[in-house]
Amino acid sequence: MGPFKLNDIPHINELPAIGEEFRDTKIEKHTSSLKERSEKSSKLLPSIREAIIATGLRDGMTISFHHHFRNGDYVLNMVMDEIAAMGIKNLTLAPSSLLEIHEPLIEHIKNGVIKRIETSGMRGELATAISHGLMEYPVVFRSHGGRAYAIETRRMRIDVAFLGAPSCDPFGNANGYSRENDNGVICGSMGYAKCDAQYANKVVIITDNIVPFPNAPFGIPESDVDFIVEVDKIGDPSGIMSGATRYTKNPKELIIAECAANVIEASGKLTDGFSIQMGTGGASLAVTRFLESKMQQKGIKASFALGGITGSMVSLFEKGLIKKLLDVQSFDLDAARSLINNRFHQQISASYYASPGNPGSAVNQLDIVVLSALEIDTDFNVNVLTGSDGVIRGAIGGHCDTAAGASLTIVVCPLCRGRIPTIVKSVNTITTPGKTVDVIVTEQGVAVNPRRPELEETLRKNGIEVCSSQELQEKAEKMVGIPKPIRYTDKIVGIVTYRDGSVIDVIRQVEEE
Amino acid sequence: MLFVPGNNPGMIQDAYIYGSDSIMFDLEDSVSVGEKDSARCLVYEALTNLDYGTKETVVRINSLESGLGISDLEAIVRARPNVIRLPKTEFAADVTDCEKEIERIEKKAGIAVGTTKMMAAIESAIGVLNAKEIAFSSKRLIGIALGAEDYVTNLKTNRSPEGTELMFARSMILHAARAAGIAAIDTVYSDVNNEEGLIAEATLIKHLGFDGKSVINPRQIAPIHKIFTPTEKDIKKSMAIMEAIAEANRKGSGVIALNGKMIDKPIVERAKWVLKLARVSGVLKDMEE
Amino acid sequence: MELKKVGTSGTLESSDIMVTIKGTDKQKIDINLTSSVEKQFGEEIRSVISDTLKKLGICAAEVIAVDKGALNCTIRARVKAAAYRACEITDFSWGDNNE
Repeated sequence: MGPFKLNDIPHINELPAIGEEFRDTKIEKHTSSLKERSEKSSKLLPSIREAIIATGLRDGMTISFHHHFRNGDYVLNMVMDEIAAMGIKNLTLAPSSLLEIHEPLIEHIKNGVIKRIETSGMRGELATAISHGLMEYPVVFRSHGGRAYAIETRRMRIDVAFLGAPSCDPFGNANGYSRENDNGVICGSMGYAKCDAQYANKVVIITDNIVPFPNAPFGIPESDVDFIVEVDKIGDPSGIMSGATRYTKNPKELIIAECAANVIEASGKLTDGFSIQMGTGGASLAVTRFLESKMQQKGIKASFALGGITGSMVSLFEKGLIKKLLDVQSFDLDAARSLINNRFHQQISASYYASPGNPGSAVNQLDIVVLSALEIDTDFNVNVLTGSDGVIRGAIGGHCDTAAGASLTIVVCPLCRGRIPTIVKSVNTITTPGKTVDVIVTEQGVAVNPRRPELEETLRKNGIEVCSSQELQEKAEKMVGIPKPIRYTDKIVGIVTYRDGSVIDVIRQVEEE
Repeated sequence: MLFVPGNNPGMIQDAYIYGSDSIMFDLEDSVSVGEKDSARCLVYEALTNLDYGTKETVVRINSLESGLGISDLEAIVRARPNVIRLPKTEFAADVTDCEKEIERIEKKAGIAVGTTKMMAAIESAIGVLNAKEIAFSSKRLIGIALGAEDYVTNLKTNRSPEGTELMFARSMILHAARAAGIAAIDTVYSDVNNEEGLIAEATLIKHLGFDGKSVINPRQIAPIHKIFTPTEKDIKKSMAIMEAIAEANRKGSGVIALNGKMIDKPIVERAKWVLKLARVSGVLKDMEE
Repeated sequence: MELKKVGTSGTLESSDIMVTIKGTDKQKIDINLTSSVEKQFGEEIRSVISDTLKKLGICAAEVIAVDKGALNCTIRARVKAAAYRACEITDFSWGDNNE
């Protein structure tokens, strides 16, 4: 080495990110300890308001949140109240989903703080108000996979993501739990927050549990995080998750579950190395129990179980019946504890889970998925978004993603719920197209999609009694009668998008009584 | 036979989905004294409006002595269940008294006399001792059943996991039923969460010779059906016996043998019974295909 | 049938309906219905209630009904039982063809 001149280096102007000579006056040598540096981290801000200012949030921008805290979430309301107090208006709110606890958004919409919403679903008073025409702009509903796809293709640009985290170190390594202490709440996987952290222009972590660096393992890496705010409480543990999702004792749900397990076995897909996802809901979760004994009898193992993970899946995993768990959302404390302790219980992002732009996404590797439905029609279209009164009361979630990805898609539901038929001639809202649903299992019969005659034949050959979806619908109608059709106005209050962003249906305003 | 409380609409409307062979709507012990009229209306409307398909429908009425029995019969005979079940039967006269009332109502309501079948539950020491007379008391009677809860109280004991205390009653009722050529139905197993105990008891009573068992929770149906459903081995053996008979008939041979063993009448009867059970439980259909 | 007192039948359990019937000065059947399936089945429930009452010969009554998704046959049963209780009649008529 010797003296050199920058300009003597061949092609210097063509080499990116090289421009000037080193001078040691430009560098700063740190002598403070890890502890001192942690205390002085420039990412740590004293209040939500300062964080909002630091992100440069202004009128008309798009902000996002995740829904891993479910109905125990304090973060969204806390941040929105501050934004409203600062006088920022016309925002697009793009959380991964909304729940009953987010009712205060009604005021923010009325006051012009929020102009429009993009989400997977919503419930409670907010959903009812929107169904009755609260907003000028229709709400855009996306599946979990569809949302990830929209974010990663930059069709949906998030300016600022406010992400609640049960633990975070002073430099932004955040997670849904902590191995450092038991001070914070636990939500398990941070799957839905990962895409937001990766793609949002500015990312603020909001936590009530600052832990020492390095907060490893982390769900969100420090490289994705701009600011951190510590608050008193980010959520109510009892609303975030229950101790364990118990198996249903409801005899009707058990009959449906056992029948679904028999259908899976008869389909021939229950072979060594199969992959599976179970939706939420008593019947679909109970399928696990009936599968367990079948797997033990046959001496086979599943290669992986996917999705929202529950204690029932963990139990099979810990018995060695499932090799790996891919967890985008932990549904109960058993699942969260397993995520903390089990090496092959892997936290995954919504994109890894279900993005249609990613051929390797996990839903595309599914053999079997068992899903619930609010309504399913004779053409196998499923509605998981609007109730029988036409009011929004659910979420698309990963329903259409897994239905499209799995080679065997089973929808389990009772023929009727109370006096409301579940099997109908035509669903109020299509969230999952009939083409992607293979079998309906009810307590009163099994129907196979006519698009899958080979499947119907296999099931029949293996002792499953199969009827038509029309027969199921007629049975339901005979029992409860014909509900009066819902009366809508012309106003569109919601747009239901399919995984790729195409519009599959619209939700109209419900007419006042 | 699935017990369904007569004043619970949710359970009444769902009762037929659980795969029991028979559904028993209860107006007696599961309905409080103040709700007897309501339950009567409910069961009447359910039976006359809901489609229970091929399930056997049974209604347990209150005893005539209770003062409620006649009102129950006035409603229920007209609702035309397959069977009316008498509780706490102690004497043959309990059955014949009730039969007279049923006949009177059938005539008045324009229903063919004899349409309504009867079943008697025996729930006391005196009833057990009179089991034979009870079993022979009426042409309408299609079966007798043991009601163990009241019975053990009457005996001044309680129910044990092994059911030792019920041995005599079960044997008496079974013999009475067989002598009269009617069905014998065993009592309920009340610990819904103990599947092992249920299986042990059902295995015992099946071996004793009972035709079926009452259940109080739909979850108990599958384990009991499993026990009462003939095994593949039983079915194959029975089919082989029936074939051997057919073969012998073709040859005009008087003596029938299978694998060197002589087949006599009781063996044939048993084989026929196994195949009948197999057919009604659906397993035979699968095997034939 | 003459309404003598307040008659109630049914429960607030799912798939049931609680029906309360009492006399009224008005010359009609007044139904105050609260139902979990009001939008889909409200009209039908009201008509089942008033038809059942009319068949019993009751043309004026005040009815309070709290419905949790009961089927029509359950509604008829509860109305009938409540009406008989309100009339203090224990000898029910089950409508024989030749009566």
